[in-house]
Amino acid sequence: MLKDITLGQYFPGDTVIHSLDPRTKLIMTVVYIVVLFIAGSWVSYGLVAAFLVLCVALSKIRLKTILSGLKPLILIMVLTGILNLFYQKGERLLVDWWIFHIYLEGIVKAFFMITRILLLITGTLLLTYTTAPIRLTDGLESLMNPLKKLRVPVHELAMMMSIALRFIPTLIEETDKIMSAQKARGADFDSGGLMRKAKSLLPLLIPLFVGAFRRADELAVAMESRCYHGGQGRTRMKQLVMSARDWTALSAGALLTAAVITLDAFGL
Amino acid sequence: MSIIIKTEHLSHSYDINSKDEPAVRDISLEIEEGSFVAILGHNGSGKSTLAKHFNAILLPTGGKAYVLGMDTSDESLTIEIRKTVGMVFQNPDNQIVANVVEDDVAFGPENIGIPSGEIRQRVDEALKSVGMYKYREHAPHLLSGGQKQRVAIAGLIAMRPRCLVLDEPTAMLDPIGRSEVIDTIKKLNREQGITVILITHHMGETIDADRLIVMSDGGVLIDGKPKEVFAQAERIESVGLTVPDTTKLLNALNRHGFGLPLDALSVEDCAEAIYRAVKKETN
Ligand SMILES: Nc1ncnc2c1ncn2[C@@H]1O[C@H](COP(=O)(O)OP(=O)(O)OP(=O)(O)O)[C@@H](O)[C@H]1O
Ligand SMILES: [Mg+2]
Repeated sequence: MLKDITLGQYFPGDTVIHSLDPRTKLIMTVVYIVVLFIAGSWVSYGLVAAFLVLCVALSKIRLKTILSGLKPLILIMVLTGILNLFYQKGERLLVDWWIFHIYLEGIVKAFFMITRILLLITGTLLLTYTTAPIRLTDGLESLMNPLKKLRVPVHELAMMMSIALRFIPTLIEETDKIMSAQKARGADFDSGGLMRKAKSLLPLLIPLFVGAFRRADELAVAMESRCYHGGQGRTRMKQLVMSARDWTALSAGALLTAAVITLDAFGL
Repeated sequence: MSIIIKTEHLSHSYDINSKDEPAVRDISLEIEEGSFVAILGHNGSGKSTLAKHFNAILLPTGGKAYVLGMDTSDESLTIEIRKTVGMVFQNPDNQIVANVVEDDVAFGPENIGIPSGEIRQRVDEALKSVGMYKYREHAPHLLSGGQKQRVAIAGLIAMRPRCLVLDEPTAMLDPIGRSEVIDTIKKLNREQGITVILITHHMGETIDADRLIVMSDGGVLIDGKPKEVFAQAERIESVGLTVPDTTKLLNALNRHGFGLPLDALSVEDCAEAIYRAVKKETN
């Protein structure tokens, strides 16, 4: 049950997109999000969407996988749509009933916003689907390296993130185990009101937390035994290298940004 | 043979202010380089506490501990000491840091600043030496317990230690995982000359050791060759450790004039040994 979480999951592969440096993909994702917010017309939206479709096609991630990743966010998309539908005032009134006033502009705006969220989430899903979590944290650490000068503990943060990622499956497994054990003793996690459900989670959370602290303690000793002493003097087996591919991808990103800004300037 | 680990009147109290007996007290030991030493003892007898002094995770509150002559209390030597003595723990899940096998094995060498090309080479070698090379790109949480424990051992081997301390590495494993791990340890000891200190609850795992130390209440009770130790079954039992029935039987027979080998722990081996002795007698 808990094992079906797909958000933030990685699907291994050896496509161009998979082989890009994580830093390239991180930068591209940020650029993509910014461009998405700059884009103000259907033409520029079309351009951004075409770019995304191209990336998805290159990554060979299946449409079904992307749709299942979007599923948890349907509610947000619907809500955004409804809000925009009713709140956008305009000139062409289509429905005028009781407190509901729907304008043509409202419909257009609702469409616009839903498309934006769709593009936004699909883009970020593509990042996590095609990049191993550990590569992502490596990339983040490398990109944030300049912040070390400001005494931001960049290495420690990245290490914390990668350890958290490492222990997610272990903790999920443990949760499943504790749940089965409690169920066998007659615990009921599924029925009752909100309060009852929250209460029934207590006997689950306490052993889970106690277990997690014990793990953390043992892990710290194991890491120390393996000579871990923070980031200084540390080397990496897998070094990040920017290849021609990465520069091509980044140029494509720059081109996309320029195109969208130009289109917007001309009011298209 | 040179001495790799040495303790002098080592004592350790977790709480110096309390009046309780220290967890280990007055232990003086010398471990020879290249030897295979097993440590046996009941729960709470201080095995883990003692072991953690061998790579400066704990520091003595009384007495001294030395690794290759380096005083473990000297903080400037801590990294050097941990490079020399690696430690494997009971729960394989809680000592694996990365979510790809080879990345985990690389963790130690990365910490001590080995250049990246050489790390690659060390990681491959280490994984081959524990028979886990073909799993190098797997996620550790999908491996069996025995495989995880071998990955943990590879993670230490990649740092090229001269001694491995294993604190009940098989306690959470099934019989297959257990023999995988024990065979790997023995092979490393035999072929690469790595000193092994194995803490265990399974008497069977200690037969092939060069030396067996039995601990009780924070001190060393018996220290000798496994056969000599097994011959003192009553003393071992007196401190709450179970001795296999086969050993007790062999000891009893030996007291009545049989010269039976004490390393026949399994029922089959024991029967076989007695059969041979009886046959020789009747001939
Ligand atoms: N972190 C700690 N803080 C305080 N006391 C401890 C700590 N760890 C162990 N002790 C105590 O020290 C004594 C020796 O414990 P130790 O863990 O060394 O025994 P052990 O022989 O390894 O036992 P086991 O077979 O259960 O692993 C015990 O009385 C234990 O309660
Ligand atoms: Mg112990």
